[in-house]
Amino acid sequence: MEITDKMVAKTATKLSAEDIQKGKVLSVKWTPNLKYAWDNGPALGRYLAELKNGRIIAKKCNKCHRILIPPRMFCELCWVPTGEWVYVKDTGIVNTWVISYVDWKAGRLDIKGGVRPFTPAVIEIDGATKGMGILHLLNEVDPWKIYRGMRVKAVWKPPEERIGAITDIKYFKPVE
Amino acid sequence: MRRVAIVGAGLTKFYRNAQETPKELAYEAARMALDSCEMKLSDIDCVVMGTAPDAFDGVHMKGEYLADGAGAYRKPYMRHFVGGGTGVLSPIHGWFHVASGMFDTCLVVAEEKMSSAYPHPAGAFLTIFDHTTEQPLYPTLIWIFAIEMNRFMTTWGYKKEDIALVAVKNKRNALDHPSAQLGAEITVQDVLNSEIMAWPVNRLDISPTSDGAAAIVLAAEHVARRVTEKPIWIDGVGWCLDTAYWCTRDLYYPDYVEVAARMAYKMAGIKEPSKEIHVAEPYDPFTYKELHHIEGLLLAPRGKSVEMLKDGYFNRDGNLPTCPSGGALGVGNPISATGLMKIIEIFLQLRGEAGKRQVPGKPTCGLAQAWGDLMQVGTVVVMRS
Ligand SMILES: [Zn+2]
Repeated sequence: MEITDKMVAKTATKLSAEDIQKGKVLSVKWTPNLKYAWDNGPALGRYLAELKNGRIIAKKCNKCHRILIPPRMFCELCWVPTGEWVYVKDTGIVNTWVISYVDWKAGRLDIKGGVRPFTPAVIEIDGATKGMGILHLLNEVDPWKIYRGMRVKAVWKPPEERIGAITDIKYFKPVE
Repeated sequence: MRRVAIVGAGLTKFYRNAQETPKELAYEAARMALDSCEMKLSDIDCVVMGTAPDAFDGVHMKGEYLADGAGAYRKPYMRHFVGGGTGVLSPIHGWFHVASGMFDTCLVVAEEKMSSAYPHPAGAFLTIFDHTTEQPLYPTLIWIFAIEMNRFMTTWGYKKEDIALVAVKNKRNALDHPSAQLGAEITVQDVLNSEIMAWPVNRLDISPTSDGAAAIVLAAEHVARRVTEKPIWIDGVGWCLDTAYWCTRDLYYPDYVEVAARMAYKMAGIKEPSKEIHVAEPYDPFTYKELHHIEGLLLAPRGKSVEMLKDGYFNRDGNLPTCPSGGALGVGNPISATGLMKIIEIFLQLRGEAGKRQVPGKPTCGLAQAWGDLMQVGTVVVMRS
């Protein structure tokens, strides 16, 4: 048995975006407006509370001795409860990064109009175990001059604007 | 455990936007699969369904919704879901049902209709990220793939223009695939000149969003021998999940794919995969992913896949043809249906029924692989004629 053009021809009917936009085929539309309030648990709860204080906190696993960030109540490798809390630094190095011309909905940024591309990165945090990174944004740097191993430091929101969120750090910027 | 064979296959056409409902697409693929081996629905003991996030179709409990289309009316039925890895978990899930001795036949269906998330399904991915530490930064899937591609490139010194050859190869292969959405003759320059999405990822480095469905029929040995002269045996299965703390993994190498592959190779008695596998369908939602997976599957030494690609090693007439179907980049990427499309491609290749896509040398052993979730799941199936 071969799968042939003839066999697949009648399995599906091609539509264009226009067919839907102009109502040539009828569609039912719905825009969900779902709302959630996510609890953060004890580990991330403390992490957020410390971000509000302008500090980054990690948690140590006493079995594999990794200093884990974001902190967690159990070590996913050793499958045991984690031990003490450890403050780590708000500096680190760029592990890997991207220069994004799109937003989260795949909407295009107006790069030609002067909008700066997003430059998200995995940042290895000083004081955590080597290779332990977090996702955050880079700024105050030419996107095309970012490199692996670049040293960066957190740029915090002013204390009165912090709410206990990962966005209490506005972004990371290069340091010498 | 009993030996399990694939005895039939069906596939819809893949489109960016198909008029048919998810149920209707599932029906078309399942119907074709049964017809291909001259079986009736009453010959089927159980049904399994692979389908990815409910958010695409906008139907919560999508498994239940799709059941009728998949021919599951009043039959034992289960749905499975591991993101992009789903379509290659589908035959594994069906394999359990038959290998265990519980059932003699199983209809395996995979369906995805991404166009329902309107105007673009990208936004539906925001909630796969950690809601506390990542989602407030508004990440996209493209970001994390670009982040991984960059890490892969910096590790080995791979160049974008070399990785682009994957798109050239797969889109060309797809010209010969009847279901293909994006078969095309393109050049490396076309890829490099295509719109920057998130450097290092350009538009032509990415597979499209698609609507489509695929289905296979599995049978225990005594049934398979009666149904067909060319059963294709599922000789090895493997799957594995890595941690969801993806920022703490070194993204240059997919360890979890290697773990899954080793499990499948051990079961199939394969000692030297790069010699014993004759044709492969690694998952290629992005150009670099095919190479990343080829290395993880131990089909190329780490850091050498680009050199081999440039030498034509992975071409349809090369030493180890990869994605002869045209892959996700060329045939299209209706997530779960893509993985099962890859299984079907190996099924056809091993039966010598791949038509214009047939790889030379009468292959007798092939592999399909998929990958997904937060860059953390590997699913692998080894098949033999
Ligand atoms: Zn540990």
